[in-house]
Amino acid sequence: MDNSVSSQNSLVSVRNLSFSRGDKKIFDGISLDIERGKITAIMGPSGTGKTTLLKLIGGQLYPEQGSITVDGQNVHQLRRTDLYNLRKRMGMLFQSGALLTDMSVYDNVAFPLREHTHLPESMIRTLVLMKLQAVGLRGARNLMPNELSGGMARRIALARAIALDPMMILYDEPFTGQDPISMGVLVHLIKAFNNILGLTSIIVSHDVHDTSAIADYIYVLSGGKIAGQGTPKEIQQSESEWVQQFMTGAADGPVHFHYPAKDYVDDLLSSGKRY
Amino acid sequence: MIQFLQYLGKSTRTSFTKLGRGTYFLLQIISGILSVLPRPRLLLNQMYSVGVLSFLIITISGLFVGMVLGLQGYYTLSDFGAEESLGVMVAASLVRELGPVVTALLFAGRAGSALTAEIGLMKATEQLSGMEMMAVDPIKRIISPRFLAGFLSMPLLAALFSAVGIIGGQMVGSGLLGVDEGAYWSQMQNNLDFQDDIINGVIKSIVFGFVASWIALFEGYDAIPTSEGVSRATTRTVVNSAFSILGLDFILTTLMFGDD
Repeated sequence: MDNSVSSQNSLVSVRNLSFSRGDKKIFDGISLDIERGKITAIMGPSGTGKTTLLKLIGGQLYPEQGSITVDGQNVHQLRRTDLYNLRKRMGMLFQSGALLTDMSVYDNVAFPLREHTHLPESMIRTLVLMKLQAVGLRGARNLMPNELSGGMARRIALARAIALDPMMILYDEPFTGQDPISMGVLVHLIKAFNNILGLTSIIVSHDVHDTSAIADYIYVLSGGKIAGQGTPKEIQQSESEWVQQFMTGAADGPVHFHYPAKDYVDDLLSSGKRY
Repeated sequence: MIQFLQYLGKSTRTSFTKLGRGTYFLLQIISGILSVLPRPRLLLNQMYSVGVLSFLIITISGLFVGMVLGLQGYYTLSDFGAEESLGVMVAASLVRELGPVVTALLFAGRAGSALTAEIGLMKATEQLSGMEMMAVDPIKRIISPRFLAGFLSMPLLAALFSAVGIIGGQMVGSGLLGVDEGAYWSQMQNNLDFQDDIINGVIKSIVFGFVASWIALFEGYDAIPTSEGVSRATTRTVVNSAFSILGLDFILTTLMFGDD
């Protein structure tokens, strides 16, 4: 890929990013670019820090080293008010939906509008109904979050994420634990919102099939590094054994099936002392 | 020995770090209070769930404590032929000590534990994090209104506790045991001092309200976001609040009534 072209048109650029949790190094000097108006997927097995990357982009965590620039602003050097202003232009869809449980669906979608604008209630109503219509859940406006299925909760959270018409949406594992129909609905919505609203989308996922169906560009993370990157087609044809194993879901390969252990026969024949 | 010292060092450091985080959190809460004032609705909702919903437990407990005080006081005072002073005894015990202290302990058990569990679960379900990503400061929107509600509710609840307790003492003293009703009330009026007794009691309950709300909210906010973490935090709220309330009560009593 041509790095220089993409960095000119990139909305988010991550440069030389390092981050650790305790002794574990989550990112070890990674750099990547998220292009404007495109759907970029960040993939990798569980525990590779995909969600952590979203939190770093949103300024909820601080990197040890390196920088993250969103729309020309260095996220971690912004003052609090500027960071909050930047966040108003980002939507984030959490894995759990993160709906406020003491409010109805309607009030949840109205929440960012009420907090950040001084619009009259009649206009807020119109906006909320439009957003709910877009995710197909206008009829569910009076339900409480505990009455929603997982897929519905995620759609409501999506309606809330687009309430302030952001420039970018960060999706944290949007497809995890969804039935085929909800999955299809979410795939459709992510694609449609990206194209119709002119958003930039970042999807963090380990769902190879559905994510590569809608992504324009994919980064595959492993062990704190970028193991592979390219369009879905390029990734499918990647020569890296690791990427191949991840994409095809082979049980054994560079990522071993067995957790490191001593020799099997020795282990069975040993005295049975606990280690 | 070395291990013991290491353990001691580690736990001291952990406690001090936590104290530091708690203090920083308190400063954030206080600076967030200004943004609650233009939105009285947020405060009223919390006053309802923290204060009004504690109404029943406070009233019933106050009544029983007052009745027991009436009984016990009568038995002791009648030995000296001083049962006419029952009113003063009941009222002074309630207004100076039992009102603020028992109310604060009940508050920590009823409202404090609920606050910790609520905030802890909001953290565990990413609601606080989600709010931050929507550019809404959870301290200003969620924590400060709850703090202010707890802080304002406590003196009101303590006053209610004492008032109901005094009526309970009167019910037992005059109703059952035959203490003269006029003496019960007039002795109370003559001997209770507004400044020394009532104001000092109110100051106590304000301090307890401040501390109990702070502990409850901090434990919730600082909880490990799992079900076990939230359950431990809830327990810590009740235990730490009880210790702080009783410890502070001793200190405050020494300061207030020390030179009598």
